[in-house]
Amino acid sequence: MRGATRARWAVCALSAALVAAAAGCGGSGSGAGVVRSSWGDPQNQLEPANTNEVQGGKVLAMIFRGLKRYDPRSGAAENMLAEQIETADQQNFTITLKDGWTFSNGEKVTSKSFVDAWNYAALVDNKQKNASFFEYVDGYDKVHPSSGSATARTLSGLVVKDDRTFTVKLSTKFSTWPDTLGYAAYAPLPRAFFDDHAAWLKKPVGNGPYTVDSYAKGSAMKLTKWEGYPGDDKARNSGVELRVYTDNNTAYTDLQAGNLDLVDDIPSAQLKNVKNDLGDRYINQPAGIIQTLVFPMYDANWTKSGMEKVRRGLSMAINREQITDQIYHKTRTPATDWTSPALGGQGGYKAGLCGDACTFDAAAAKQLIQDGGGLPGGRITLTSNVDTGSHRVWLDAVCNSINNALGNDNACVVNPVGTFADFRNQISEHRLSNPFRSGWQMDYPLIQNFLQPLYYTDASSNYGKFSDPEFDRLVDEANAERSQDAANTKFHDAERILARVMPAIPLWYQNGSAGYSERISDVTLNPFSVPVYEQIKVG
Amino acid sequence: MGRYVVRRLLQMVPVFIGSTFLIFFMVYALGDPVAALFGDKAPDPATAARIRQELYLDEPLWKQYAHYMGQILSGDFGTAFNGQPVTELMADAFPVTLRLTLVAILFEIVIGITLGVLSGLRRGRSADTTVLLLTLIVVSIPTFVSGYVLQYLFGVKWGIVSPSVSPEAPFDELLLPGIVLALTSLAYVTRLSRTSIAENSRADYVRTAVAKGLPRRRVVTRHLLRNSLIPVVTFIGTDIGALMGGAIVTERIFNIHGVGFQLYQGILRQNSPTVVGFVTILVIVFLLANLFVDLLYAVLDPRIRYA
Repeated sequence: MRGATRARWAVCALSAALVAAAAGCGGSGSGAGVVRSSWGDPQNQLEPANTNEVQGGKVLAMIFRGLKRYDPRSGAAENMLAEQIETADQQNFTITLKDGWTFSNGEKVTSKSFVDAWNYAALVDNKQKNASFFEYVDGYDKVHPSSGSATARTLSGLVVKDDRTFTVKLSTKFSTWPDTLGYAAYAPLPRAFFDDHAAWLKKPVGNGPYTVDSYAKGSAMKLTKWEGYPGDDKARNSGVELRVYTDNNTAYTDLQAGNLDLVDDIPSAQLKNVKNDLGDRYINQPAGIIQTLVFPMYDANWTKSGMEKVRRGLSMAINREQITDQIYHKTRTPATDWTSPALGGQGGYKAGLCGDACTFDAAAAKQLIQDGGGLPGGRITLTSNVDTGSHRVWLDAVCNSINNALGNDNACVVNPVGTFADFRNQISEHRLSNPFRSGWQMDYPLIQNFLQPLYYTDASSNYGKFSDPEFDRLVDEANAERSQDAANTKFHDAERILARVMPAIPLWYQNGSAGYSERISDVTLNPFSVPVYEQIKVG
Repeated sequence: MGRYVVRRLLQMVPVFIGSTFLIFFMVYALGDPVAALFGDKAPDPATAARIRQELYLDEPLWKQYAHYMGQILSGDFGTAFNGQPVTELMADAFPVTLRLTLVAILFEIVIGITLGVLSGLRRGRSADTTVLLLTLIVVSIPTFVSGYVLQYLFGVKWGIVSPSVSPEAPFDELLLPGIVLALTSLAYVTRLSRTSIAENSRADYVRTAVAKGLPRRRVVTRHLLRNSLIPVVTFIGTDIGALMGGAIVTERIFNIHGVGFQLYQGILRQNSPTVVGFVTILVIVFLLANLFVDLLYAVLDPRIRYA
């Protein structure tokens, strides 16, 4: 061990001699109170409005606080920096900020910090991947036209009243809009972001409980507790070290060897041992993720009359219970609607909305498919990328289940696609003429987020091009409701249409699974299956 | 000799252009990478168009390639999606993989040739049979199996080494991954040198050397080994390139952030600048290693001389 330290020191001294940055070598005693956690290389630059995947989102959740925050347990949106968000007509909102918030570099968080950040995010020139989150704000079509260059630099719907107040005008009524504001894309940004963008990207500065200490892209990020953090969710540990792992098996091995404290993605190969290995230090709880099989409703074969029976029949032919048990060791839960239990009742989850159509019944499935005129061309193919997520395994299982129910070995075959990128291409170009996998991870814990972007006519992620005027009307009405309960009721009615028409088969809800070492305690996952780092205690 | 080297170096140019174009074409054929950047969400058309424009993806293939080659010649290998210049990725990844390859090659040379010589000199005896059996076993075990097993035994069960390698990847942490990476090639080196030694030990010049009354040690090292090493050197030379490119599995298992890791990420995310850039460098390494091997021939066997 001593030899190892000496060698490492030598390498550090050498690299320090070559480049001035000796970060990561100094202070070997800084390990006390630090949570060592597994991480994946974020796909994009770490900007709030440019981060749309879990790994980058993890960091943003540590270094940023927005107007609202989702309760780590219930998922309910609660005011964070917002003192109040008022509206009289569900379309014009007045936002008042709490006093006393600053960024970790000392700059005050004002209404301008938000408005500037949002304008930056929405402007097409800045190529922010989450720009479409601002499409509800008035003037979005000017700063982000679907083609050509922007005719305005700022959103006309955003007006700064004073340091602590600004107003937002939406282009349509959207009663639950304030509850979406906990999403990272809506975070405030300090002046430093705009003044020296490159430097900010190297070492992001935010207003959350942690500050970035060092960031070596592709290998590690060290975060330290920000002592001056004004919020009441201060970090209970002295810092977090995020280590990039190329393979979650290695992360798990490191956890077993005591080199790592927290793994937030248990490799599927270890699921059968994990309870023995970790005991109650294994977490398996619902996350806001659902997997579905989407039908290409743009293909005439799938929309002719009677096909809704076939689609429902296929759904009934899938033995969800068995697949989630045997392949996923209960880290998936059979779906009974199109949302997620992580929403909770208040967010709009209601179990069983899919009804019989999501209950395995081989005989009824066969009957339904026959009544509907049989499978188009006598057989179907299921398409998914197979590079990650053990998709190949469950696709085979689903096909088996369908083949068994229909008593035909060739009724269903799998069409594996090598890479996620290729798969996304085929989907977005509407090249598939048979059902394909679609995973959806919620952005904010509201039923709206599970229905509108996916099934509303011409919605952004409506890959199957499902269109139903009745469904659209119900969603519009739900968005105009004053109370969330009333909105939820309308959304449930909309879900019943999905159950009847079955444009997408709900397969299962995905759980977050994590494991941790004996060194740390109070580990929880939030509804987005991201560890709540600031609550973790060390020692 | 000098003219030979120059000719060889010039020959690399078409190979270089051809291979980069092939890789470029293959990555391009995988489709548009921008769609995947948006995850499960549909790409917003305006943003996606801007990103495509920035990455030159909206141009026809030959223009993309011309633009890319122009960039490369001025030392710019493009940018990965996370905003990092590919040259920066290379500066991080290549030294790590180079160290890993070095460790592996050293194991190959030291253990492989020693075992080969020993068993070659004791042809047909029990030591020879044991070595042959062992190498057979090693060759038949896939790298990921030996990798995970050794990692578990040494890293978790016995706690002798850390199961994963730190980002700085110092030599002492690379010993275990180096052995895993070297194992298969090591077995080949053993077998190659054994056969070669066994064959040459009956050669006339060895008999002459023995007849002259030279000490056995000198016969083996100066006469026998020098001639027998030619096929082994050929193998090790080509293996340098193969090890660097083929470290994907080993690097994944031991969490080494080297070339294999970057290539894997690049392919997974369909990031053509990363993939093409890294493979281009690997192609150059491969070509140079081959040249080096050819030059070594002349040193090992004076009869082989290049005009």
